[in-house]
Amino acid sequence: MNFTLTDIPLNYYLGLSATLFSIGIVGVLTRRNAIIVFICIEMMLNSVNLTLVAFSAFLGNPTGQILVFFVMAVAAAEAAVGLAIIIAMFRNKMTVNIDEINIMKW
Amino acid sequence: MSIEVIIFFLVAISAIVSAVLMVIQRNPVKSVLFMIVNFFCLAIIYLLLHAQFIAIIQILVYAGAIMVLFLFVIMLLNLGDESLLKEKANFRKMIAYLLSGVILLELIIGIILPPNTFLQTQSPEAVKIGSVEAIGASLFNNYLLPFEAVSILLLAAIVGVVVLAKKKFK
Repeated sequence: MNFTLTDIPLNYYLGLSATLFSIGIVGVLTRRNAIIVFICIEMMLNSVNLTLVAFSAFLGNPTGQILVFFVMAVAAAEAAVGLAIIIAMFRNKMTVNIDEINIMKW
Repeated sequence: MSIEVIIFFLVAISAIVSAVLMVIQRNPVKSVLFMIVNFFCLAIIYLLLHAQFIAIIQILVYAGAIMVLFLFVIMLLNLGDESLLKEKANFRKMIAYLLSGVILLELIIGIILPPNTFLQTQSPEAVKIGSVEAIGASLFNNYLLPFEAVSILLLAAIVGVVVLAKKKFK
């Protein structure tokens, strides 16, 4: 099966990516549940991935897609470690509300 | 208007709607489920960009592995009723909306401002570089050292998770 070149300009992909990134920022800054904050960070990583893939396709350079591959590996490692930290925190304080987890506050 | 433009707009709108629902949802389980919808939408957009390998990896790794991990932790911690978490500090919330609005505005201006003739169509190479074959050739020739470094990173993550989950902090 042969794909034709799409006629969607690069700006559309970048606009979608910017919108998703901003929604992720709203989630990180307004939500108080540590797990939701974490998911929002994952979404921000994803929107940057979209930018990388879009530029890779429009410029004809595979480096962007390789970088996305590495970003996904880092995101997987980060999710595992972060969730382990959240579980350890929950064991001590019985909460995931980031307003109450303030022992590292100066 | 070609079929691809219609697909793009449908998928982009559903991605944004699911992201917004994810952020405003009180229940973390529903939040994670909307996140999975968002990841599937992004996978379809990767397919529109001829990045088949990245699209499959997106579904396998993100929607398959990472989100299952999130769901598992939410159920383990028994966070069903999330309305108990009080969301106070309205002032901080307003600052957050202001900040993200400014960032969105900056990004949109940066996208709109350049002349519109910039990169209207995808490169003819795009069909070739997204395939598993091309990605693998590039990964194991030019990027072999970073690939091995990622394996060490994953090993460190596995060891760290086991240590963190086992230890009793007293």
